[in-house]
Amino acid sequence: MRVAAPAKPAPARSEQIIVFRICGEQFAVSSASVQEVRSSDSFSGASTAINAPGLRKVRYVVRRGDRSLFIVSGALHFGLPPSAGALVFVLRKTRTALLVDGIEKMTAMTRLQALPKSFCHEERQWYRGLTAIDQTVIPVVHPEGFLSPEDLALLDAAMPPLENRDGEDAEGTVSAA
Amino acid sequence: MTVSAELELQSFVLLRLGERRFAVPANQIAELVAPSRVFKFPHHTTQIEGVILRRGRIVPVCDVAEMLIGKKIMSRRLYLLAVRHYGAQTEWVALPVTGECELINSEMTPAAESDAPHVAGWLSHAGDVIEILNVDAITPGPSEIGAEHEVPDVLEARP
Repeated sequence: MRVAAPAKPAPARSEQIIVFRICGEQFAVSSASVQEVRSSDSFSGASTAINAPGLRKVRYVVRRGDRSLFIVSGALHFGLPPSAGALVFVLRKTRTALLVDGIEKMTAMTRLQALPKSFCHEERQWYRGLTAIDQTVIPVVHPEGFLSPEDLALLDAAMPPLENRDGEDAEGTVSAA
Repeated sequence: MTVSAELELQSFVLLRLGERRFAVPANQIAELVAPSRVFKFPHHTTQIEGVILRRGRIVPVCDVAEMLIGKKIMSRRLYLLAVRHYGAQTEWVALPVTGECELINSEMTPAAESDAPHVAGWLSHAGDVIEILNVDAITPGPSEIGAEHEVPDVLEARP
């Protein structure tokens, strides 16, 4: 009789994430979702002010070819105190450039727990789930969760005319406030 | 006591919030745990104050004191991990309590129509009439979740 070889445990799948900070709060985003990381200063030259009624978290837009990237203040999106933001994450497959305070670390997560169902408001759109890194629970953001289709429609309607889009804002910086 | 009377007894966990005691059916309690670090992050569900890590699970902490006794509790001694139902699915929710908990056997008087939604029934113990809590009614979340919205508790990380 042949004894079956013990099954090898499947290697844990892991996902590379960037842990970042906004107003002292930690969040994580999949590294694969971040197309580029720029300093907010380097973004300011190409930004144009935009004013969409009821959407305070977006104050600037950047044109890239025929695409518009809306700069979302992470602080205002999450209801935190306004923060200038030092870095911009350009999120892949979205029209969002997320303004954050800084990167905490890059690491890997092996387990992502679905957001408990007790959380039943906007946070369900904000977060893919929760993960524990070094015994600390960190929410993992949903790249598509920063701007809803309704938000994008509002922003498209509020886009300044093309001839005015080349101008830089007076202060020359991207500001979240 | 007759056999039929014994069969009607149910187990309940008595918990204390401030000066008041409440009961939860014991079969809806997963565990009683010591206070641990509450992790907070931005969200808009006001009844949830954060989450705790327990045996690798992330459990939301729901402070029910304000709803039940009209004020938040400042001192807490334990978390009662209760089973919350969402349709056919269940999840743990941590309820902060201020005193020792007690396991008792008692008969349950079903709630009347005039009782508040959070009252599942009543029991009598040591001269007190005590509310039996409906955990689903005192904690936030959808009451029913369709199959199309079901998500596994643990999502696989992407390689």
